[in-house]
Amino acid sequence: MVEFALPKNSKITGGKTWPKPAGATELREFKVYRWNPDDGKNPSVDTYYVDTNDCGPMVLDGLIWIKNHIDPSLTFRRSCREGVCGSCAMNIDGQNTLACTRSMHDVKDGAVKINPLPHQPVVKDLVPDLTNFYAQYASVEPWLKTTSPTPQKEWRQSHEDREKLDGLYECILCACCSTSCPSYWWNSERYLGPAALLQANRWVSDSRDEATGERLDNLEDPFRLYRCHTIMNCAKACPKGLNPAEAIAELKLKMVERQI
Amino acid sequence: MSATDTPKRSMRTPLGRVRNLGAAHSGTSDFWRQRITGVAMTLLMIPVVVIVMMLLGRNQAGAAQILGSLPIAVILLLFIFASAWHMKIGMQVVIEDYVHNEKLKLTAIMLNNFFSVAVALASTYAILKLSSGV
Repeated sequence: MVEFALPKNSKITGGKTWPKPAGATELREFKVYRWNPDDGKNPSVDTYYVDTNDCGPMVLDGLIWIKNHIDPSLTFRRSCREGVCGSCAMNIDGQNTLACTRSMHDVKDGAVKINPLPHQPVVKDLVPDLTNFYAQYASVEPWLKTTSPTPQKEWRQSHEDREKLDGLYECILCACCSTSCPSYWWNSERYLGPAALLQANRWVSDSRDEATGERLDNLEDPFRLYRCHTIMNCAKACPKGLNPAEAIAELKLKMVERQI
Repeated sequence: MSATDTPKRSMRTPLGRVRNLGAAHSGTSDFWRQRITGVAMTLLMIPVVVIVMMLLGRNQAGAAQILGSLPIAVILLLFIFASAWHMKIGMQVVIEDYVHNEKLKLTAIMLNNFFSVAVALASTYAILKLSSGV
């Protein structure tokens, strides 16, 4: 059955409150999920105070400031710090988003509450284990598949057909959408999730691809595709403003189209 | 859940686990039928409400007289057929979503099928009996 309660060793306990930085004039409180696989303790939520006059405006700036000035053991993924790589996806103030594009000033009430992406195994602190997520992406075989002889130059595509990929190709695989989806929480071992399905539709919609039917065959499954119940959390969460629910609806439409 | 608590740790590759038994190549029929029955119920809703209001306060003879009309009996039979089918598909989706024990899931899906067919047949029998004036 679906587990609605956390396992005993996953219950979050009270954490440490770190001292306020000396000499700071403007402070912002951060409440950050902590879990260390090596100390055998339950997860906790630590409280930090960030000197906002000494760091950038984004939540990621705050986390980096904490790591540099208060607690070097705080663990999180980050790379491009401008919403392109998708590394710093986390749950900020109850919403999955990228820490680098979310301003800490947009979090209105009290502390900035930060947790790892929901319902994924945690490697450490804010780092989720996305092995299954990436394997699901690989399972949709996200590359051009053709059987016709390769042309001398490029595979040609009209402007109209190219436009069909808009809203699909921009996905950065941050996993904000999939990990915000209740269907994915309950059935992530069988349901591919919004991100992988959006990517699947990106290749199904590509006029240059010659394996469209084969791709649809691979998706036609009560669990892989039809666990999507159009809850729309994915569209709400996507930090790139994409709409995975619409992409999934397009896939379902194509499934019906080829049957009737 | 922490990584070390992940149940049933397996040596199978992540891609192997995702591909598992492969796609079932089904699901579209149920998806489409759920939409058809949903649209049918929406269209039939107003006539059914009107018929139910006509039946209010009548005795069995009065009800039998109303249901003796072919269009009325057909509307009610269509509504029963559409709603029982819709109920069966919808409940199966809920079971598949939340019940992960394979034996329990198969049993629940089987009972759901039996229940839906039984409700549909019992309702159909009642309508036919009344409309034929027996």
